[in-house]
Amino acid sequence: MAAMDLSRRDFARVAGGGLFVFFHAEAARAQEPAQIPGRVAVPSDFNAFLRIGEDGRVQCFVGKVELGQGAMTSLAEVLAEELDVAYDAVDVVMGDTDLCPYDMGTFGSMTTPLLVPVVRRAGAEARAVLLAMAAERLGAPADRLRVKNGVVTDPARTNSAVSYAALVEGKRIERHLANIPVKPVTQFQVIGHSPRRKDALEKVTGKARYAGDQLPAGLLHARVLRPPAHGAKRLSVDTAEAEKVKGARVVHEGDLVAVLHERPDLADAALAKVKAEFDAVPAQPDEKTIFEHLLKTAPEPRVVAQGGDLAQGEKASASVIEGTYLHGYGAHAPMETHTATAVMENGKVTVWVSTQAPFSVKNQVVRGAGFAPEQVRIIARYVGGGFGGKTGADQAVDAARLAKITGSPVQVVWSRADEFHHDPFRPAAVLKIRSGMTAEGAITLWDAKIVGSGEREAKPFYAIPHQRTVSAGGWQGGNPPGMHPFNVGPWRAPSVNSNTFGRESHIDVMAARGGFDPLEFRLKNLTDERMKRVLQAAAERFAWQPAKAPGGRGVGMACGIYANSYNATMAEVAVGKDGRVRVKRVVIALDVGVVLNPEGLRQQAEGCVMMGLGYALSEEVRFQGGKVLNRNFDEYELPRFSSLPAIDIVLVDNPRTNALGGGEPPIIAMGAALANAIFDATGKRLVELPMTPAHVKAALG
Amino acid sequence: MERAVSFRLNGKAVRVTTDDERMLLWVLRSDLGLTGTKFGCGEGLCGACTVVVGGAAVRSCSTPLKDVAGKTVLTIEGLGGARLHAIQQAFLDHNAFQCGYCTPGMILTAYALLEKTPHPTREQIIAAMDDNLCRCGTHVRIVGAIEQAAGAGKAGA
Ligand code: FES
Ligand code: FES
Repeated sequence: MAAMDLSRRDFARVAGGGLFVFFHAEAARAQEPAQIPGRVAVPSDFNAFLRIGEDGRVQCFVGKVELGQGAMTSLAEVLAEELDVAYDAVDVVMGDTDLCPYDMGTFGSMTTPLLVPVVRRAGAEARAVLLAMAAERLGAPADRLRVKNGVVTDPARTNSAVSYAALVEGKRIERHLANIPVKPVTQFQVIGHSPRRKDALEKVTGKARYAGDQLPAGLLHARVLRPPAHGAKRLSVDTAEAEKVKGARVVHEGDLVAVLHERPDLADAALAKVKAEFDAVPAQPDEKTIFEHLLKTAPEPRVVAQGGDLAQGEKASASVIEGTYLHGYGAHAPMETHTATAVMENGKVTVWVSTQAPFSVKNQVVRGAGFAPEQVRIIARYVGGGFGGKTGADQAVDAARLAKITGSPVQVVWSRADEFHHDPFRPAAVLKIRSGMTAEGAITLWDAKIVGSGEREAKPFYAIPHQRTVSAGGWQGGNPPGMHPFNVGPWRAPSVNSNTFGRESHIDVMAARGGFDPLEFRLKNLTDERMKRVLQAAAERFAWQPAKAPGGRGVGMACGIYANSYNATMAEVAVGKDGRVRVKRVVIALDVGVVLNPEGLRQQAEGCVMMGLGYALSEEVRFQGGKVLNRNFDEYELPRFSSLPAIDIVLVDNPRTNALGGGEPPIIAMGAALANAIFDATGKRLVELPMTPAHVKAALG
Repeated sequence: MERAVSFRLNGKAVRVTTDDERMLLWVLRSDLGLTGTKFGCGEGLCGACTVVVGGAAVRSCSTPLKDVAGKTVLTIEGLGGARLHAIQQAFLDHNAFQCGYCTPGMILTAYALLEKTPHPTREQIIAAMDDNLCRCGTHVRIVGAIEQAAGAGKAGA
């Protein structure tokens, strides 16, 4: 067996015998890293493994994290399928850096397309090994044997049966993934049937334990002093009053000032008694001036896509239309704030962390808290939502540092105000588009400049002969200092919500200018068959009636691609005189390749509709002088039950494309579909997200 | 003020000696180790910390301990027993959760609604649930689950 190194040690922790299949989600290495501090090298030749234990249970160890997206369920499902065992006999162990092999992180809709195929192959491999053993045991050729619920039988002989458990008993067999074919789609028994979620029982009974639910004996709750504005430096600190709080302990080491108490609320109270002075930060943009500021501070743009010749495109155009579209910052606002619980034992620290990327956090703790890699274990079993906002984990470094200093277990939980203030926001963006078309409505020119959002899916998928798209700055870092007044990072379908808003708003502007129905105009300019199919599927379910906008009906559409998944979204709205937009219904047609778990995909898509309502209509990050002004949910309006529209998700069957992720693609077109619907309702074009009641009212005049 | 506060928690008598101005959420989570009740905002704005006090859904993050003296308190740990409560079963059947962080608060808010209004209309469900936030966007399923639980009969722990 080749290069096991680090992982051999991890592997040794898995006690007992059984059959092990090691595998490497090769493509997982190609995952686009989010803004992750301190990546570590892929340590070995596998990054996941599967074990059939002597008790007949199947365990699969992967470094991904269950964030609510249902990865635990999908992985169990495909294993049950390939191994012919009961779904309930499969356990998926996730997010533990000691038990699970390295994984870069859970983001980018990559689990389904990259990990699932390999897990399936590993299951097929294990089944083939077990069948060969059974053939020997039963004295029958392997291809004659049948498997059901983990029991192998020889149909030619009665009373011939041997279970997987019996086959591996007393043995330790280790295999690397070979090229065993997986089951053809037509033979699926489990896949496609949406079994009960693996996490269901723990979540409805309150037994699911998140990072803050670890309460080791002697636990201290720490509250860390933080600057009131981004970029502010501490000038002085006085902890005398805090120290007087009964049971409170103050730690002041270098940059770190924290108060600790055995009760979390009393730690809060003690922190409030710490007096500190910070310097004033230089003038910073606010949510109104940010767009000008971005244009001024953006780096040199990079060409993302180009074709034809812009001058010729200009000549071929009967009309040329310019538009500028703006998208403000967005907060992730998961219901669970950033949390970590650190426990020291024999010089080793174990940290339960709310994170999407336990291995990156491990590295962060190694460097930030001064541990050797083998002294740090990160566990992310259940996480209360991530959406891209939980890739870094400063709170884990603080908890580990404080556990080391105090010798006690330490828990750090961000307040809601901390969560808003230190969020790596979705970057604000400016999209400038200049386009042209013929009198017949053929798009002849597309010249787009994207600032801030990043270049993912920035290239238009319409058939446009003369085009160029350039992009400057993004969520992945590399922005010049001072471009953003705080950290930015990935936010569910990074880049693509903003880029789709700009492109699809502009397409509707063109359709309206040319007097075309928005659907007709899109179809006329598309050659991509998958896009045409989702648009037609959405139109059929929505009962789209062709008309040019504005038609006073309040209907709108938009479409987009994310990570090779296709989305067409249609919405119907009513706009009040007060500027309130009520979304009555949303239809999303999705092509995400083969659908492994239709129920799971619908859950994700419904969630995307709700989160999409937020970024489109209500979630506005306000800031000034480096301070984020939204401090709690009364100042950052999330969608609620009363915002719930009728939701209809159409899964467009596409067996020719491998299964793709579904946690992000459904959200991308919500902003533009709603802007277009508002235009249809009112004749007013909203060019800035979020379209809050104040913005809409101002547009209505 | 530090004093002994007695109440019934999930059917059992408990007595906690602490500053009775402290919020119930922290007493439940930290002093009593019942972590099913979640912290989300700390200011009564999200519903993650919802528990049922004397039949009404309350925000435990904004309820001082002294307010529950002599009362009955129900948390997610006290709901159902050997079998799931009808509301838990309905949440499970509808997959009315994703990350699950808001789920205990949702279930207890729904429980209190059905105690008072066993057969709520959709509008009543939305009104009762409207201040419970779910970032994962499971709203449509939660409404469906509550409708199922209401149809299945009366609520009772
Ligand atoms: S934590 Fe109590 S309402 Fe949010
Ligand atoms: S299920 Fe995640 S917040 Fe509701």
